Amino acid sequence: MQFMLLFSRQGKLRLQKWYVPLSDKEKKKITRELVQTVLARKPKMCSFLEWRDLKIVYKRYASLYFCCAIEDQDNELITLEIIHRYVELLDKYFGSVCELDIIFNFEKAYFILDEFLLGGEVQETSKKNVLKAIEQADLLQEKTENIYHSKHFHWCKKAY
Amino acid sequence: MALKMVKGSIDRMFDKNLQDLVRGIRNHKEDEAKYISQCIDEIKQELKQDNIAVKANAVCKLTYLQMLGYDISWAAFNIIEVMSASKFTFKRIGYLAASQCFHEGTDVIMLTTNQIRKDLSSPSQYDTGVALTGLSCFVTPDLARDLANDIMTLMSHTKPYIRKKAVLIMYKVFLKYPESLRPAFPRLKEKLEDPDPGVQSAAVNVICELARRNPKNYLSLAPLFFKLMTSSTNNWVLIKIIKLFGALTPLEPRLGKKLIEPLTNLIHSTSAMSLLYECVNTVIAVLISLSSGMPNHSASIQLCVQKLRILIEDSDQNLKYLGLLAMSKILKTHPKSVQSHKDLILQCLDDKDESIRLRALDLLYGMVSKKNLMEIVKKLMTHVDKAEGTTYRDELLTKIIDICSQSNYQYITNFEWYISILVELTRLEGTRHGHLIAAQMLDVAIRVKAIRRFAVSQMSSLLDSAHLVTSSTQRNGICEVLYAAAWICGEFSEHLQEPHQTLEAMLRPKVTTLPGHIQAVYVQNVVKLYASILQQQEQAAEAEAAQEVTQLMVERLPQFVQSADLEVQERASCILQLVKHVQKLQAKGVPVAEEVSALFAGELNPVAPKAQKKVPVPEGLDLDAWINEPPSDSESEDEKPKAIFHDEEQRHVRHRQPEVDEEELARRREARKLEQANNPFYIKSSPSPQKRYQDAPGVEHIPVVQIDLSVPLKVPGMPMSDQYVKLEEERRHRQRLEKDKKKRKKKEKEKKGEDLDFWLSTTPPPATTVPAPSTEEIGVHAVTTPKDECEGSKREEPEDEDDDVEHDQERKSSRHKKKKHKKEKEERSKDKKKTKKKQSEREEATAVEPVENGAAEEEPIPPMSSYCLLAENSYIKMTYDIQASLQKDSQVTVSIILENQSSSFLKNMELNVLDSLNTKMARPEGSSVHDGVPVPFQLPPGVSNEAQFVFTIQSIVMAQKLKGTLSFIAKDDNGATHEKLDFRLLFSCSSYLITTPCYSDAFAKLLESGDLCMNSIKVDGTSMSFHNLLAKICFHHHFSVVERVDSCASMYSRSIQGHHVCLLVKKGENSVSVDGKCSDATLLSSLLEEMKATLAQC
Repeated sequence: MQFMLLFSRQGKLRLQKWYVPLSDKEKKKITRELVQTVLARKPKMCSFLEWRDLKIVYKRYASLYFCCAIEDQDNELITLEIIHRYVELLDKYFGSVCELDIIFNFEKAYFILDEFLLGGEVQETSKKNVLKAIEQADLLQEKTENIYHSKHFHWCKKAY
Repeated sequence: MALKMVKGSIDRMFDKNLQDLVRGIRNHKEDEAKYISQCIDEIKQELKQDNIAVKANAVCKLTYLQMLGYDISWAAFNIIEVMSASKFTFKRIGYLAASQCFHEGTDVIMLTTNQIRKDLSSPSQYDTGVALTGLSCFVTPDLARDLANDIMTLMSHTKPYIRKKAVLIMYKVFLKYPESLRPAFPRLKEKLEDPDPGVQSAAVNVICELARRNPKNYLSLAPLFFKLMTSSTNNWVLIKIIKLFGALTPLEPRLGKKLIEPLTNLIHSTSAMSLLYECVNTVIAVLISLSSGMPNHSASIQLCVQKLRILIEDSDQNLKYLGLLAMSKILKTHPKSVQSHKDLILQCLDDKDESIRLRALDLLYGMVSKKNLMEIVKKLMTHVDKAEGTTYRDELLTKIIDICSQSNYQYITNFEWYISILVELTRLEGTRHGHLIAAQMLDVAIRVKAIRRFAVSQMSSLLDSAHLVTSSTQRNGICEVLYAAAWICGEFSEHLQEPHQTLEAMLRPKVTTLPGHIQAVYVQNVVKLYASILQQQEQAAEAEAAQEVTQLMVERLPQFVQSADLEVQERASCILQLVKHVQKLQAKGVPVAEEVSALFAGELNPVAPKAQKKVPVPEGLDLDAWINEPPSDSESEDEKPKAIFHDEEQRHVRHRQPEVDEEELARRREARKLEQANNPFYIKSSPSPQKRYQDAPGVEHIPVVQIDLSVPLKVPGMPMSDQYVKLEEERRHRQRLEKDKKKRKKKEKEKKGEDLDFWLSTTPPPATTVPAPSTEEIGVHAVTTPKDECEGSKREEPEDEDDDVEHDQERKSSRHKKKKHKKEKEERSKDKKKTKKKQSEREEATAVEPVENGAAEEEPIPPMSSYCLLAENSYIKMTYDIQASLQKDSQVTVSIILENQSSSFLKNMELNVLDSLNTKMARPEGSSVHDGVPVPFQLPPGVSNEAQFVFTIQSIVMAQKLKGTLSFIAKDDNGATHEKLDFRLLFSCSSYLITTPCYSDAFAKLLESGDLCMNSIKVDGTSMSFHNLLAKICFHHHFSVVERVDSCASMYSRSIQGHHVCLLVKKGENSVSVDGKCSDATLLSSLLEEMKATLAQC
């Protein structure tokens, strides 16, 4: 996988992970272009598109688009699977995740992603193991830092 | 100091944390930029403090801002500070920030080396983990070089959590610092057999990625991966391995042959769509790479196509898309297989998703035949009408033209129909492709003589209605067709019904609004038309009418003379003068038609590409002789090809050249031939002598491309392409009748009705489509497949009644026979009806067989399966295979496929064997040796599934047989019964062998060592080719070929307990001899006995 982007229906970037070295300028250009292309697609359209020499696999979950770029020989379906697995992980971790969880705890979203993928390859296929690693790492953190995923943000969900 | 600390923490209370920042940004939607720059100022202040917690908080906020697109590279040093914090909380944030914003250009990155090294060797696995994760994002060549050793050590860390990460990150290290690959590779290879599945899959991932970049170096790992593939149940890993094999097979075709079977098995058994898709893709790739000189694997292709059909039929758009994508790959090499799914692909043209429609269009190109072209184009035409959005419509238009014109109009049987289609296309709104249509019209009208009359009538009505085409500015692109229309009407004006009317149409004032190049053609062709009208009228002695026409020309031409376009102006004024001159002559009563027509005399003949060859070379002309000696070697080569185009000119020149005397010519020729012979770069011409015609060269010898037309040419009125479809069908019907009368055996396998029958009998009902993959399906040991689905796909496979085919294929082929029989019957009855003539059954059979068999008869390597029948009764069928593994020297896994053959539901299955002293079944802990092992699944009717049982073995030098029983409860509507099935499980010695590649020098050393015992066998009466023999030994007895010379080969294998087995196989006239050497004499003799049994069947 070359990179993964999360963005909202309004085109706001929520998370970006690059597994190939690119300059900031290049990254911004790609992001802008892709966000536009993906948002322009109709809801009933299939999740794959050919873009430059890459294949883009995207999927919409509620108001968030998860979008991955893979190489020509890579498997589109397994990429969808990866996206879905990541969403499940977020869901388990935050307890029915919403966009605001990811906005306010974006670093947690990154940590989970890093436990799941490394260098663009799947490193752990077991959901249980990923969550275990995250929980234990979280335990190491100070208690004061640990307020993030308390019920603190329920108002956000309601507002949203 | 203390005061400072206190001050720090008080300040901190007023600091914004990440939540505050995010909330703040959301509350300042109007002046976001201003708010953020204010925040950045605050962050800068925070970074200046000594308190690491404050700094970490600031860096965390920066990371968020970076995502919003703000530059934070200025804080790189602060990020490193946070990375080196001792507390994990801060370190984690530091590494996250670094992984998001560091790149190779970050100059402070070299400062991190020591910190990362320290973290890598930290006692806390999470410190190490976080460092590895971060490093994977920003590793530079320098970091890779400096840290490669540390990471390599981590590959053997005690915690799988670290090993897994270390293995994965090695890939990034290899990319940045390739020198590290060589020392690290042995360890990486070791990790393929790591006890932790996560580490194992990481290693598979890395090696697969490496192999995709440079497959050649990883061929030697193929046996290991093959083993992993057949034993792994983790779909993530399987997909990677299969992808790896896809990369390897182009380099080693033998591997492809070996792969086909396990892959088709997977295709049959898996329920995970991603895995299925990967398998299908790899099978396609394998078959493409094998296609040269290989037996056709039509069975596998059929299976793929069948599975893809299921994907395409699925309601999930994604599967549809991928199915079509994979189909287009098959289309390139096996168009026939795809063609039978025309209905489905046409259906996809109606899909609401444009990307799917475009994929389907791609496929159509390869699917047309003479028989279905009209039908397909008709369908496309309705789409053209419906399509919204010009891009898609333009795409359709180009596709229609592509499809029709491909391979020199190969599939067009009725050009009238085609012209009508082109005319219909001109009515499209706002297309850009007018020039394409025009080019087609010209091409067809010029090359197909028989169509000219019809084309002209169409074009004249097009010119008549030119105002429609040009009316709106939007239709600019389409007016190009008028170019073609004007030219065709002018050039072939003799076919015009009412030339006068066309002439008027071409002289309308409106014409001057057309683009210049079209007007120019109008002007030129107006004269051609004028010439032919004059001639007609003079012949009919209607002098007055002729003068009227001239008058019309004189009146109208001036509008072109005023044109701003130079070309139009020039032509028009020239022609105006000419016509005025004609007018004068006409006034004097002089007949002028002859002379005016002479301006355009001569016919334009299309010339076949090879026509030049047939022009005889004039007497005394030597085309091999140089006109001038070539200046230098290299130049002469360069100029050689050009000469083809200048032939004509050169010939003229030669005639006028002063004669060089014969001797001189001969001398030069010899010298040149010698020179050419010695020049390795000179491509010698084939020695075929040029044909010479006896008579003088003439135009009549230039072959004219005539496209045979057996269609009625006169169709009244404006054409509608639909009517041709009907005509075509009638014609075909007539042809068919004729054919039958003549007892021609030519097959008509694409007959529509029959095709459908065949298809219906071979396709599973649509209800059995597989649901979209759920997330849990992947990674789960799912091998259950609804039976009818498997069968549907199996049935499509062509028959190969090889003795060798596994038992379940036997069933299949019997089914095939039935089907074939049925089909024959149908055919026969049809024939009787039509012709009332009896044909012998033999003849019929020969007529039908090739259709189904295809080229399968010549298949050199029959499909092999390692699964053999264990036992069978009316309820259940068991087939088994034994897999050994190198890591476990006294264990084998027996995989048993259980297939429910009844209509009952089978449950509580339990497998038990009578252990021998030597061989024991591994039972769950705590159970006695008499207890059976439960089968971990139930079998609904028609379903098959695979269960695996582990056996421990003491000695492997002799074959073993174990008695056993499968007990189960069969439940149907009438209640449940307790059933049993006895079996005898044979552990052959070959099943303890593991295919291990061996280099010839190592092999020679092994033989020289002298520790090996010898034995040999000879089998007579083998007719199989040596190549196939070897393949059989490799497959059934797990050997690999070390070296092969003619009909003699050395082979090697190794047992799980480390015995070396070497073979020398020789093939004589009608016999095979096998000399074996092995570190154990008993094992060798048992093996040779088994081999004898195999070879005896050959």
